[in-house]
Amino acid sequence: MNVIACIKRVPDVSEVDVEIEPSGKEIKKERLTFIINECDNYSLEEAIRIKERFGGSVTAITVGSREDEEILRRALAMGADKAIRVDFDLKGDSYTIARVLSEVIRGEKYDLIFFGALSGDFGCGQVGAYVAKILGINCVTFVKRIEYLSGFIKAYRELEGGLEEAYDVKLPAVVTIQTGINEPRYVSIMGIRRARAREIKVLTLQDLGLKDIDIAPKVKLERLYLPPPVKAAELIAGTLEEIAMKLVALLKGKGVI
Amino acid sequence: MSVLIVAEHRKGEIRDVTFELLSKGREIVKAMGGDLYAVILGKDVMKLAKSIAEFADKIFVIEDERVENNAEAYVRVLKRLVERISPKLIIMANSSFGLDIAPCLAMELDIPLITDCVGLKFSDDKLIATKSIYGGKVLADYLFDYGKTYFVTLRVGEFKVTYEKGRGEIEVLPSIVKEEVVNKRFIGFIEPEKGEVDITAADIIISIGRGIKEKGNIKITEELANTLGGVLACSRPIVDYNWLPKDRQVGSSGKIVKPKLYLALGISGAFQHIIGMKDSSLIIAINKDPMAPIFRVAHYGVVGDLLKIVPELTRMIKESKGIK
Ligand SMILES: Cc1cc2nc3c(=O)[nH]c(=O)nc-3n(C[C@H](O)[C@H](O)[C@H](O)COP(=O)(O)OP(=O)(O)OC[C@H]3O[C@@H](n4cnc5c(N)ncnc54)[C@H](O)[C@@H]3O)c2cc1C
Repeated sequence: MNVIACIKRVPDVSEVDVEIEPSGKEIKKERLTFIINECDNYSLEEAIRIKERFGGSVTAITVGSREDEEILRRALAMGADKAIRVDFDLKGDSYTIARVLSEVIRGEKYDLIFFGALSGDFGCGQVGAYVAKILGINCVTFVKRIEYLSGFIKAYRELEGGLEEAYDVKLPAVVTIQTGINEPRYVSIMGIRRARAREIKVLTLQDLGLKDIDIAPKVKLERLYLPPPVKAAELIAGTLEEIAMKLVALLKGKGVI
Repeated sequence: MSVLIVAEHRKGEIRDVTFELLSKGREIVKAMGGDLYAVILGKDVMKLAKSIAEFADKIFVIEDERVENNAEAYVRVLKRLVERISPKLIIMANSSFGLDIAPCLAMELDIPLITDCVGLKFSDDKLIATKSIYGGKVLADYLFDYGKTYFVTLRVGEFKVTYEKGRGEIEVLPSIVKEEVVNKRFIGFIEPEKGEVDITAADIIISIGRGIKEKGNIKITEELANTLGGVLACSRPIVDYNWLPKDRQVGSSGKIVKPKLYLALGISGAFQHIIGMKDSSLIIAINKDPMAPIFRVAHYGVVGDLLKIVPELTRMIKESKGIK
């Protein structure tokens, strides 16, 4: 089976103060560290497991700048056969990205196209479904488990509250992958370094025959801003011992202990 | 101007989020003038339609077994309705169902879509949709660049339910699906497994997130839970890593809990998590990051390292119990 995994590099904001650029259109990125989008890591792993079980190839694709090649090298180190970057600075919306990716994918062989179910930055959850529509193939979203059968897959979609629903889906198909579908393998820094020697194919919009009008966004980001402060938690501070003492007093006061 | 909301139902029941959509839709038509339409599609949906009709000005009912759990057929039918009634705005839930349907419908209709909105208002005739991004640390206002019809999905649990009434008309429409649509065939639902521990029944929940860093660290939180007579629960990544079983997960894809004490340790407070614990009587959060969104719902917070605070807290509680 030939699998394409579309992946994205996102900033890790889980332990940092986010600031907005004066333009109001972007967050300040200089001091942030970047990682592969969480679901995309699971989708890459799933793609590579398919190749290991059934043969075929894995192609990793990202749209972005030179720095974004970091995650493609990671994909190669994990076991991807081929890596493609579309050189494009990500202006535009989900539709723009979907149009760009669709043109790349048209030039490749595929049975399955994997996306992460959502991205950790904007979380639009649209690109995979758009690509399926553009290519005219099936799409199944939020998938937590897949069984591979001949000519089709059984895909288990995640619903709310732990409920799942199962579908038989004819191939080729787009599948958007949810976290927890597998346990992604560990990738060593050495492995990623070694992948530096491998080729990353770089394509431009011209190479893909795309003009600005083809990829015109449908929605416009007006401004980014920080959420207004709300009635926040009452903070408990002090030395370690003081904090623990205050917490015990609080729990006693509330009748928990 | 009219607004169309798509009613969500599953296994013969209206899903709560449908009332959130109706409420937001009502607010918009009240401000802008126009009708609030709802549509419900599926098998045996008339009685469901009747149960929500009073909150819309008109509900369209399209009975067809073939659209039930069939996104492709569903989108076809919905597309035809939208073309017929030309709403200015379509509203769906940003649920697993909504996100399976909305992008396909947007493409079919060639209309702009903004998903996962936490705010929605018209200003000078322009619709501004607000998204909460970067794990809740940033808000983003979006405008629709063009289009006769705008399309949004609303974050589940974000909008207040008002139960304001409308005209409550019901119109039955035929389905346009002629034959079975079989590219993607629904097999069935799979219920979550019943685990050993029912965290929804616990009075005291010690909940851990990715801030626990390593599986080996879980034991310090387990000891705290035992000392307090509580149970251990967690955020989703902990289940994804297989560190705790799925039945311990709190949140939209896990369980909804309302204990007397919810102690959140190293949990950032993603909305999918918050939805599962926000109604707890007492919420205390310990997190290294003072900007973590969990502090927006917690009653008390400690900015600090859980790996240091938890053992100290356990020790003090033991001591205070010993003294008693
Ligand atoms: C469809 C869907 C459904 C989902 N359903 C759920 C769900 O049901 N439940 C759920 O929880 N999530 C769910 N998620 C995932 C959710 O979006 C978040 O990714 C997840 O909740 C983050 O978990 P976390 O807070 O543990 O991790 P992170 O967001 O990584 O946060 C870790 C936190 O730990 C803090 N920290 C780190 N080290 C320490 C330390 N030593 N001491 C103290 N604090 C520390 C950090 O500051 C950070 O705030 C869902 C996502 C999707 C897309």
